[in-house]
Amino acid sequence: MTAPQHVLDVEKLRRAFGGLVAVNDLSFSVARGEVLGLLGPNGSGKTTALNLMSGLLRSDAGAIRLQGKDISGLSSFKIARLGLARTFQLVRVLDGMDCRDNVRAGIVFNKPHVRGAEIETRITALLGRVGLAGQGHRPAAGLTYIDRKRLELARALAAAPQLLLLDEWLAGLNPSELTIGIDLIRSLKDDGITVVLVEHVMTAVRALCDRCVVMSSGRKIAEGATADVLSNPAVVEAYLGGAAAHA
Amino acid sequence: MTLRKMNPRTMTFGAIALAAIVLLAFVPRMVNAYYLALAISLLQYTVLATAWGMFSGPTRYVSLATTAFFGVGAYTVAVLGEVLPWPVVLVIAASLGAILAAIVGLSTLRLSGVYFVIFTFGLAELIRQLVVWFEVNKSRVLGRYVFVDITQADIYWQLLTLTVAVFLIGWLITRSRLGFALRIIGEDETVASHSGVNTTIAKVALFTISSTIMAVVGAIMAPRWTYIEPSIAFNAMISFQVLIMALLGGAHRLWGPILGAVPLVILFELLSARFPNTFTIILGCIFLLIVYLLPRGVAGLIETGKARWGETFKRRAVA
Repeated sequence: MTAPQHVLDVEKLRRAFGGLVAVNDLSFSVARGEVLGLLGPNGSGKTTALNLMSGLLRSDAGAIRLQGKDISGLSSFKIARLGLARTFQLVRVLDGMDCRDNVRAGIVFNKPHVRGAEIETRITALLGRVGLAGQGHRPAAGLTYIDRKRLELARALAAAPQLLLLDEWLAGLNPSELTIGIDLIRSLKDDGITVVLVEHVMTAVRALCDRCVVMSSGRKIAEGATADVLSNPAVVEAYLGGAAAHA
Repeated sequence: MTLRKMNPRTMTFGAIALAAIVLLAFVPRMVNAYYLALAISLLQYTVLATAWGMFSGPTRYVSLATTAFFGVGAYTVAVLGEVLPWPVVLVIAASLGAILAAIVGLSTLRLSGVYFVIFTFGLAELIRQLVVWFEVNKSRVLGRYVFVDITQADIYWQLLTLTVAVFLIGWLITRSRLGFALRIIGEDETVASHSGVNTTIAKVALFTISSTIMAVVGAIMAPRWTYIEPSIAFNAMISFQVLIMALLGGAHRLWGPILGAVPLVILFELLSARFPNTFTIILGCIFLLIVYLLPRGVAGLIETGKARWGETFKRRAVA
């Protein structure tokens, strides 16, 4: 059986779109408190893998266990209530609401239920946590790009998740914002939150990830400590092409 | 408990609403039969459009099934009106509406956009054809007489009570978890489900509440006709008119649809009296105008106006 300290176990996960196998027999585990990088060139199946975990897509075969419980095939609202939260590659915030209500959305429908006054304290704390203190009543539609990302993160954190999936959360930030972003995610790690992050920004991967899983054309081609994985010839080849790797 | 929470504005608003309700309750004593009939029409469409907006406003699902539920209510009266006491008939009409809505909701709310619109339009026709088939082949009547001891004033008072109930229910929903869930669904359904919202249950629940109200309206209105047949009870025009009214008023606010229902009922009344033959053409043109000129309805116009006024005011205060 699964070791209880694993927050996530993915086993022989498979999903095809027509003839294209986007995720092909993918297996890996994430230990509690770990930050795992899920890497790979564009189109290698990283986002599909995240979508399978969060219930946005259904897998064709394989198992996904969240704290030992098989969640493959469950609706995303059930998976969310079991303690999995995520952000999206294209930021999704609720534009018609203010920042507080955006975070509230992450709290009120999750288990366990939180009561009135505590919700408000939590919202204030979360907004402060991601760097949006005092912006609570600003409409989400008026936020800058990085603030939208912050707000989305606050909503994901609102449920006090067991596992947080970040889909290119750091993409599109300018250098100074990137530093802020990396520090923010590192602070999550310091709080003991387990994170799986899909990321192309290598400085961030090196700074944040304990381990990495690298995918190429749907398959896992490498797994291990970040520095080892990034110097692995198969990984370099997948990213840069054969010629560069052999040069 | 709740009184302490209410601010002066809410209390003033409540007082005005209460006064209006009391005043409206005396309408049947004050006006002649023509104006009473018009008042009944106003209330009927106010309730239908508000109930429509209650579901379609937050979820942005456009339903053309209004007449399906309205018809089920009306037909319940046609069949059971003489057999059972009136309150029991109303309860049965509401229950049938609710059951039908729950079945339809569970099977169709996974459809999105235009598919849902077409399905709901087809649903009204399907039910109508089923009723026709049943009446022709089983009960061997086409058309039923409604002989119940209910006056026009009774209809008016029942509708007025239902109007108050609808606004109360709508207000309670907007303050509830369900209301919040629906706002999130309207913004982004994926976010809703990833935040732990059971989106199917939320949508079906609201669709059921809204449709039940429509069925009750149908039941209350049935005694107005002494003779009912499927083409009267399941008239597709009702669905379209309710849709136009809710859109004109603004379906994203609880108080929006009434702003569309009142002027349009009066307009339709005038038009159908003056231009009975070209009425549907005019209806179509009005529909186009509303969608192009007022995409967020009168309620949206008021909100934009308020915001602009607020800005000018601020600027002046600064200067």
